[in-house]
Amino acid sequence: MAKSLEIQDLWVSHDGKMILKGVNLSLPLGEVHALMGPNGAGKSTLGKVIAGDQAYTVERGRVLLNGEDITGLEPDERARKGLFLAFQYPLEVPGVSIANFLRLALKERLGRDVPVTEFYARLQEGLKTLEWDEEVLGRYLNEGFSGGEKKRNEILQLLVLRPQVAILDETDSGLDIDALKVVARGVNSMRGPEFSALVITHYQRLLNYIVPDVVHVMMDGRVVKTGGPELALELEARGYDWLKEEVAHAGGS
Amino acid sequence: MPEDLKHVADDYQWGFKDDVEPELALKGLTPETVKRISEAKGEPAWMTEFRLKALEIFYKLPMPKWGPDLTALERQLDDFFYYVKPPSKGVADRWEDVPEEIKRTYERLGIPEAERKVLAGVGAQYDSEMVYHKIKEELEKKGVIYVSIEEGLREYEEIFRKYFAKIVPPSDNKFAALNSAVWSGGSFVYVPPGVEVDVPLQAYFRVNTAGFGQFERTLIIVDEGAKVHYIEGCTAPLYTTEALHTGVIEIYVHKNANSRYTTIQNWPTNMYNLVTQRAVVEEGAYHMWLDGNLGSKVTMKYPSSILKGRGARAEVLSIAFAKSGQHLDTGAKLIHLAEDTSGSIVSKSISKGDGRASYRGLVKVNRNAERAKANVECDALLIDTESKTDTYPYMEIENETAQIGHEATVSRLADDQIFYLQTRGLPEDEAAALIVRGFIEPVAKALPLEFAVELNRLIELEMEGSVG
Ligand SMILES: Nc1ncnc2c1ncn2[C@@H]1O[C@H](COP(=O)(O)OP(=O)(O)OP(=O)(O)O)[C@@H](O)[C@H]1O
Ligand SMILES: [Mg+2]
Repeated sequence: MAKSLEIQDLWVSHDGKMILKGVNLSLPLGEVHALMGPNGAGKSTLGKVIAGDQAYTVERGRVLLNGEDITGLEPDERARKGLFLAFQYPLEVPGVSIANFLRLALKERLGRDVPVTEFYARLQEGLKTLEWDEEVLGRYLNEGFSGGEKKRNEILQLLVLRPQVAILDETDSGLDIDALKVVARGVNSMRGPEFSALVITHYQRLLNYIVPDVVHVMMDGRVVKTGGPELALELEARGYDWLKEEVAHAGGS
Repeated sequence: MPEDLKHVADDYQWGFKDDVEPELALKGLTPETVKRISEAKGEPAWMTEFRLKALEIFYKLPMPKWGPDLTALERQLDDFFYYVKPPSKGVADRWEDVPEEIKRTYERLGIPEAERKVLAGVGAQYDSEMVYHKIKEELEKKGVIYVSIEEGLREYEEIFRKYFAKIVPPSDNKFAALNSAVWSGGSFVYVPPGVEVDVPLQAYFRVNTAGFGQFERTLIIVDEGAKVHYIEGCTAPLYTTEALHTGVIEIYVHKNANSRYTTIQNWPTNMYNLVTQRAVVEEGAYHMWLDGNLGSKVTMKYPSSILKGRGARAEVLSIAFAKSGQHLDTGAKLIHLAEDTSGSIVSKSISKGDGRASYRGLVKVNRNAERAKANVECDALLIDTESKTDTYPYMEIENETAQIGHEATVSRLADDQIFYLQTRGLPEDEAAALIVRGFIEPVAKALPLEFAVELNRLIELEMEGSVG
């Protein structure tokens, strides 16, 4: 099976503190995986390191995109190869309109000048899927946006840039139920044999709308369990304690 | 371009030197120099006296004791050329008549092109003298005057005398006194009542001679209900010796008139740029200062607006970009003298390397200025850890009905912001440049297109390899 994204024995530290301690994870093309786990397990760190955040130090291991080692690449090089990270806390960039920004980003993504009509068509489609008014395009990137609007904006960028691999970091948190459905619709519209996603979430609720093929659970810097969608239901019902015990027993080694 | 200047021009696009031999060059600051300037211009006696008196005031006034360090400048004051007359048969009004070498320089700066496109009139000053001045015929027919300041004095002495040095007297500050003594070049603009000049008048200031001081003097009178937008741009070759630019700009905005003055200075980084700009704004009138400071070694410039008539309004939009070795001390003054006057200052500064951008501003509300409103917003962006910024917002409020707002922010170019943009495919430099452009956007969008383009180019150039 063609692996879209593959994480091999990834160890990552920050300020001398080890955060990821040997992460292994495979995300085949065409699949959507959920990544769950308690607060502080290292989910966001994994997402950022995959995207190339140089605030973290990769001590060991590799990140492969379509079989190519991208561990040493700049974030923008990874993006141009088709990687996308929807941030848990999207940043504000005052004075830069969404339209302007997306135009530049799309040009980089496609590696060519983008005719206005093509750009506009992508925007329109994205806005329609997200039930968002065109007026938002003139607003400055995330400046003064509500928490929910910021998340919606991440998905708009996803829809316009059409990456091959998307990592969505708690895109559901802070969304009301209607917004949640809209955002899920956005992600589902991308689903297909050429797209894969790693959906980081704490809640089963999102997974009712974006049904994952596989669920991974991270604890203390490692993926400790991988299963089907029913694993998310089990976590929802029982919490993480049972899993911690299971890991402790198995990890006697 | 000569081979040896190529490296200079790479960094500073306008840094080429022109091959022009001056006709007359006067060095040193003495009454003799002042007299010879006045004589060379064939001025009336009152102007010669005015100049000599201004020189005395200059000798008496102390150097500013605040702001940037001017001790190096003080030591050099006697070594500057105070008057350099380019070879020319006076001010041409046909481009063909401008001397060949000077014409080439301006063509390289894209000036006749700009004129053809959008301008109502163009003036060009080369070292001490205006070499070209031209206004569209239909405006001339409506009585609009746009000539060199010398011709203003010669041909329109009555109006000239009524306003000249009334808004900025020589005693205002040491450098206003210096300019008053040795002024040369600049524009004289008069817009008659009710006449609206819809496209800008533009002036270009070029310094060519090394160790030269340019002292242009501009006087703009916008009569009742009239409208005008005046733009000036400044460049010079890059020399190892230091140069001095000390302008005085006086603007009188009559009742219900509308005026706007845009400066973009991109002097090379060995230039002391010490300029006094002041507008008097009458009842119901509006004035805007749009001030872009990109170049120079030291700039001290605080465009001020005296809101003299009821309901007068003034706006200041200012951008400063201080790179390594530069200290840009800029800001604005709002002086509310009448009731219902309102003013706003928006200042955006960027400091890079060990560059230092300071905001220095004054809002003064007089006792009689009931219901005055003023709002000041100054934002600073620091690119590097050693970059510096400071803010000196002075307030003198003598009327308790005044509504005064002040907001200041300092931010740093943040790694996580750059990372965010990079994850969308923008290379690091481009991400940084985009953040900087966004930062100045509220001011940049008011700029004339060609300047906005130039500013973007500069930001891109400056942000290349500046992070990471
Ligand atoms: N930039 C950083 N500086 C300091 N500590 C960090 C940094 N990034 C991550 N950490 C630490 O690493 C651990 C993992 O953090 P991370 O944000 O990856 O967890 P998470 O699984 O996403 O948690 P949550 O579910 O709360 O979002 C935490 O202990 C966190 O404090
Ligand atoms: Mg997280």
